[in-house]
Amino acid sequence: MKNLPSPKILMLLAVASLAALFFFPLWQIRLDAAQFPGGLQLHIWINKVSGTDKNIIQNINILNHYIGMQAIHPDSIPELKYFPLINYLMIALGLLFAWINKSIGFFGWTVLLIALGISGLYDFYLWLYDYGHNLDPKAPIKVEGMSYMPPLLGKKDLLNFKVQSYPHWGGFFLGLAGLFGALAFIKSKYKK
Amino acid sequence: MVLYKNTLSLMVSVLLTSMVACKNKDSSQLIHGDAAQQAYVAPGEYDEFYAFLSGGYSGQITVYGLPSGRLFKEIPVFSQYPENGYGYSEETKNLFNTSYGFVPWDDSHHIELSQQNGEFDGRWLFVNGNNTPRIARVDLSTFETVEILEIPDVAGLHCSPFITENSEYLVSGTRFSVPIPQEDVPIDTYKENFKGLINYVSLDQEHGHMELAFQIEMPGFNYDLARNGKAVSHGWSFLTTYNSEQAHSLLEVNASQMDKDLMAIVNWKKAEEYLAAGKFTERETSYYHNLMDEGSGIVNSEEKTTTKILDPKECPDMVYFIPVPKSPHGCDIDPTGEYIVGNGKLSADMSVYSFSQIMQAIEEENFDGEFDGIPIINYEAGLHGIVQKPGLGPLHTEFDGRGNAYTTFFISSEVVKWNVESKEILDRQSTFYSPGHLVIPGGETRNPDGKYLVAMNKITKDRFLPTGPEMMHSAQLFDISGEKMELILDFPTKAEPHYAQAIAADKLMSNSKKFYPIEDNTHPYATMGEGNSRVEREGDEVHVYMTAMRSHLAPDNIEGIKVGDKVFFHLTNLEQDWDVPHGFAMQGATNAELLVMPGQTRTLLWEPKKPGVFAFYCTDFCSALHQEMSGYARVSAQGSDVPLKWGLNEELSDNREAANTFYEQAKARASR
Repeated sequence: MKNLPSPKILMLLAVASLAALFFFPLWQIRLDAAQFPGGLQLHIWINKVSGTDKNIIQNINILNHYIGMQAIHPDSIPELKYFPLINYLMIALGLLFAWINKSIGFFGWTVLLIALGISGLYDFYLWLYDYGHNLDPKAPIKVEGMSYMPPLLGKKDLLNFKVQSYPHWGGFFLGLAGLFGALAFIKSKYKK
Repeated sequence: MVLYKNTLSLMVSVLLTSMVACKNKDSSQLIHGDAAQQAYVAPGEYDEFYAFLSGGYSGQITVYGLPSGRLFKEIPVFSQYPENGYGYSEETKNLFNTSYGFVPWDDSHHIELSQQNGEFDGRWLFVNGNNTPRIARVDLSTFETVEILEIPDVAGLHCSPFITENSEYLVSGTRFSVPIPQEDVPIDTYKENFKGLINYVSLDQEHGHMELAFQIEMPGFNYDLARNGKAVSHGWSFLTTYNSEQAHSLLEVNASQMDKDLMAIVNWKKAEEYLAAGKFTERETSYYHNLMDEGSGIVNSEEKTTTKILDPKECPDMVYFIPVPKSPHGCDIDPTGEYIVGNGKLSADMSVYSFSQIMQAIEEENFDGEFDGIPIINYEAGLHGIVQKPGLGPLHTEFDGRGNAYTTFFISSEVVKWNVESKEILDRQSTFYSPGHLVIPGGETRNPDGKYLVAMNKITKDRFLPTGPEMMHSAQLFDISGEKMELILDFPTKAEPHYAQAIAADKLMSNSKKFYPIEDNTHPYATMGEGNSRVEREGDEVHVYMTAMRSHLAPDNIEGIKVGDKVFFHLTNLEQDWDVPHGFAMQGATNAELLVMPGQTRTLLWEPKKPGVFAFYCTDFCSALHQEMSGYARVSAQGSDVPLKWGLNEELSDNREAANTFYEQAKARASR
């Protein structure tokens, strides 16, 4: 514990980790099938959806339309608009609490971040559920009893695709932000 | 009983073995146990080399892998290709415009890959059209023909297109001399009226665009094949000729009388100086330059009307001749640029010239007279030496970069390995049968990759399962990495390869385009997004702005077309993924079908002849619902009042939106 930097520095590290979310995707969903050498990778960022190449969304939408999944339109996903604002707010709050340098501030910030992280993950789960279950009844290919929700975390076989879903660097940075926040709080307590 | 069976099978196997042995004796005696392994490329593995083989009378180019001998692609060049609409589609048909009109076939002979510093750079490929004199350029990022330039006032552009070591020029010569300019004269006035031309086509270094820079007026011989100097001999061209007898009938006999013909030697740097000094005459003529626009894929045809002629009589020190053994078929230059091999196909010996000796002879004016004002260099003065009795009918020589040359012998049906410096014969292997050209990857460059050699044979006969009188040609692959050449593969090639070049796969693979970015599509009839698909009438022309995306065409129902209309289907493939072409076939179309690559727009003209409802569909098995990818065009009688109407099921509006959004985003990205 003694070797840890000061709470203020830890808090600034937490803020830096959050800033990294603008530079790295939070999550990755990888689809593998025989006809797609190298697989298709979808990257979910705090403010956009991208992938292995710039046409990934069109290519996944084309595949998905056969089984009646809705097309992904990043422009119509409101979360991609307000999540970045929340992140800016958390960065601002983090800087503020680093400046105030009180353990209660570190505590409050960390709890808020964890709550936001969990609700974000839950929101992501709801989107995945909706994409996987809300199928067009006129879809060309209908498989009795089949839904296409990608796993939130882990692997799953969906028809000819093996789907894998894991955090990307951004996800790790989000966890790191929480960790640094918690350490800032503990260090500030321990000092007293 | 068991014993009997065993005896029988033993007998059968002995018989089989002896039959195989019998066959081996005359054809493949040197096949070793591991030969198959050397040519084997395991499933999922790649070949080491791309080999581009000319298609001869097919007019096309084929692409094979080495060492497997697998066929990867046929690139349509000089002949229409109905399977993808090449030369039929509105975009590509202008490639075939010539001063003779629309000529949709030719005879493609010699492949040249672009070079930098005497090595292949993998950017472009050039090939000649022999019959209606033309040179085509293939873009090696798309493996598609993008430009064809006609060469004026020549006949039979066999001697073409030979590239200089930094792709400055493509050199060519006329195979048949003719009156220049063309005129109605008796054929037996050949000696007075017939002339030859050596042509220099310059290349724009950024885009590869071809331009006829100048032509050199030459005596009326048959200019057969050429090579340009490299390294020490850079700046010079060497062209073999036959028929220095200037015969005009029964050439078989009359052009084979003299013991030696002449090889033309051109100092093209000097020619450039004369050109810059204005020592040319400009002549009125007509030839076409057909160039594909990169963004739209539309070929624009332009008629050119003048050409610049240099006359050796007025431009001293520009052209020389040197005697070369009887009826040569090409001259080949070793990787150092010093040695020039003259392949005299009716001679028993092969002459090897030394560039430095030729230069010395020129300096010392060691000439044996002249022909039409062109000095003839003393044969012995330029000669490095003679390869004694190498075989019968030498045709083509390439090099391995280790000081050895490999020559095909048409008549004795073999490949002979010999040392360039010592002229000593090192090995000979039979080929099956009668090889024309051979290819070693980079074998004509400064830096050959001397691992494999392919002999391209003119005669197939019994090499493969028979397919009636007309057969594929046969090629043999040799491993030449050791002291002796080793036959490792026999494979059929699409007729008729005359010449080939092979290049290391890694020089091309990474540049190979996977699809055309749709945001770069500037075709005036492109449909950017399904939402923009529509049908427009302009008088009796109906333009269908159609899109293709797995697995539907939009629009797929069209009404209001009338008999006598010209219906243009402008199909844009909206896909942006690797290997998702869509096809288009219209019932009763009298021209071709289309194959449209992702991001591309191609146009098919359909002229309906009778009223009714006609089906169209995607011809490329694009997806699980490919069979559903179809539609109907209703044709009404002339003068009918059926309104123009089109549509696609509203249920698919979701995709339409996706496509539109996608395109807008792509456009925005491109403009940033």
